[in-house]
Amino acid sequence: MLTIRDLHVSVQDKPILKGVDLEIDAGQVHAIMGPNGSGKSTLAQVLAGHGGYQVTRGDILLDGRSILEVSPEERARAGIFLSFQYPVEIPGVANSYFLKTALNAVRRGRGEEELDSIAFLALAREKLDVVGMDPRFLSRAVNEGFSGGEKKRNEIFQMALLEPRLAILDETDSGLDIDALKAVANGINALRSPDRAFILITHYQRLLDYVVPDKVYVLANGRIVRSGGRELAQELEKRGYGWLEAAA
Amino acid sequence: MTGSKALEELASQEYRYGFVSDVEADTVARGLDEDVIRTISGKKGEPDFLLEWRLRAYRRWRTMEEPNWAKLHYPPIDYQAISYYSAPKKKALKSLDEVDPEVLRTFEKLGIPLEEQKVLAGVAVDAVFDSVSVATTFKEKLAEMGIIFSSFSEAVRNHPDLVRKYLGSVVPYSDNFFAALNSAVFSDGSFVYVPRGVRCPMELSTYFRINSANTGQFERTLIVADEGSYVSYLEGCTAPMRDENQLHAAVVELVALKDAHIKYSTVQNWYPGDKDGKGGIYNFVTKRGRALENARISWTQVETGSAITWKYPGVLLQGDHSVGEFYSVALTANRQQADTGTKMVHIGKNTRSTIVSKGISAGHGQNTYRGLVKVLKGATGARNHSECDSLLLSDTSGAHTFPYLDVRNDSSVVEHEASTSRISEDQLFYCRQRGIPEEDAVSMIVNGFCKEVFKELPMEFAVEAQKLLGVSLEGAVG
Repeated sequence: MLTIRDLHVSVQDKPILKGVDLEIDAGQVHAIMGPNGSGKSTLAQVLAGHGGYQVTRGDILLDGRSILEVSPEERARAGIFLSFQYPVEIPGVANSYFLKTALNAVRRGRGEEELDSIAFLALAREKLDVVGMDPRFLSRAVNEGFSGGEKKRNEIFQMALLEPRLAILDETDSGLDIDALKAVANGINALRSPDRAFILITHYQRLLDYVVPDKVYVLANGRIVRSGGRELAQELEKRGYGWLEAAA
Repeated sequence: MTGSKALEELASQEYRYGFVSDVEADTVARGLDEDVIRTISGKKGEPDFLLEWRLRAYRRWRTMEEPNWAKLHYPPIDYQAISYYSAPKKKALKSLDEVDPEVLRTFEKLGIPLEEQKVLAGVAVDAVFDSVSVATTFKEKLAEMGIIFSSFSEAVRNHPDLVRKYLGSVVPYSDNFFAALNSAVFSDGSFVYVPRGVRCPMELSTYFRINSANTGQFERTLIVADEGSYVSYLEGCTAPMRDENQLHAAVVELVALKDAHIKYSTVQNWYPGDKDGKGGIYNFVTKRGRALENARISWTQVETGSAITWKYPGVLLQGDHSVGEFYSVALTANRQQADTGTKMVHIGKNTRSTIVSKGISAGHGQNTYRGLVKVLKGATGARNHSECDSLLLSDTSGAHTFPYLDVRNDSSVVEHEASTSRISEDQLFYCRQRGIPEEDAVSMIVNGFCKEVFKELPMEFAVEAQKLLGVSLEGAVG
């Protein structure tokens, strides 16, 4: 589904990613781990099409086609979803309005009919259950005054609603207490399906206790320095990143 | 993909309502002197008291100077180059059938089909076309309740006593340069009287439209809500595209007697000029209300048009426990300039006022909030809360806030909050990542910013205002 080929990315001429290769198929869950500053979040932002990063070499292919020139909204409509590390607040805009607009934009992209308010609300209530969120979330302004845990749950809720083909979760587990972490993990597991791929970006392996990945990569200093199965995450938990960084 | 560039493009969209309708107009030659005033008054068949009042205003105006304290820049206005009266030739129409079909088509182009509006919205429309009212609806139903809703000219003919009693009682002709000019030459406008204890069952609505070239538009509106009554009044406008600047100096007076409540809502979308600021309406408006004991006056305005806006709807909180409110959204794009705000004058005891101002600046737009909160010595227990927020959509636009506080009573509480923000790249990226196009994202974020004000508008008007804001921000996104 997604192929990342020799990806080099700079921010204001400073190289961050220095040749990343990755291949992920539908139905798989890949975890990308690594120390702070290794380029994990940059990878997530670039995949989603953030304009603040320059791809200086390499390519990103979705279903065999390059998406480097594709706008963020078109990528979203093609099924790429990013759960933000720091979800943004949009004061005065109700969650329900924001999500209905987003869902209908994505549905148009998929050639599906738009949902009216009643159909949207019915669907939204159903999806709220997936992450155990109160329906009152719908009438609150987007992320405004949300706690850290609420913001992350809201991201998973949005993911459940938008039903992406490729979901990239950028440190969705960071800063969550154990209940919120479980809720988020349940949300992800409920959405695992043979047509959907996940990239979990995380610093710690604890999320991976609940969401079992097919593959684990370690990103250090802009390169993937190690890959393996679930056991790699456990090894990192014990040994830290130092030994890998030294190797990078 | 630089967001700020796209933002600027969004805001520089062309005016959608630029057209001129072809109606024969009865126009007085350009220039202003006492003869012109006599002509205007004569054409309208006015009683002597009104002609005298106009002449006094004119003589006063001649001694006054155009104010220059506002943060506005425009070439000098040649008051002798303006024609002070223009009316469609057919007059005294009894029904819509008699209205020039061209006029009706104009309203349709504006999306205001009178017939439809009558049925669908349940809104009585007093349509002002080039200074003279050509169509009034729902009058009979209102008349049953004793509510008077008519053109100003009609009110002068049918209710001269009421006009005489209240005209100039809130905004005297000597108030300021533009109010004096308006008092001398006002062509027409609207008049509302709601009798004691009556709750007006529908929103009263007026659509203004400036049409003839070189015709200043001088509207005069007077709304009197008698004791314990309630009325909600809507004012909305668009104007045709023009190359020459058009002067507009309206006066609106509201009188809320004991326990009365007047809600006055405006959506203003006059031609703002082109990208370089050429053309566009100069809008110098004096709006003020007088609230007696326990009365309440609420001004809500959404200003997206005009090249120049000079406007400070205020409330004289004269009676004890009276309440004044001002909710405003002002958008300036391209070369638009707005110097707007409010004046809350606390005179009575335990008077309260609330000010919520949202300024949005895009392109080279300059947006100034200028507000006065004055608490007089006798206004024991007065309270004011002001909140002024600015949103900048470009590096070349400006937001300025000038709050004036003049407090002469120790027991009063006056609070002022202000903020300036931008739409962040992060907000835009977040929306776009969810599939929402940049243009829609900007519109959504701006609407969210204005929410506190929009919720004060009557339902249909709020929808219209949101659409208008969206349209004003639309444009080519790269």
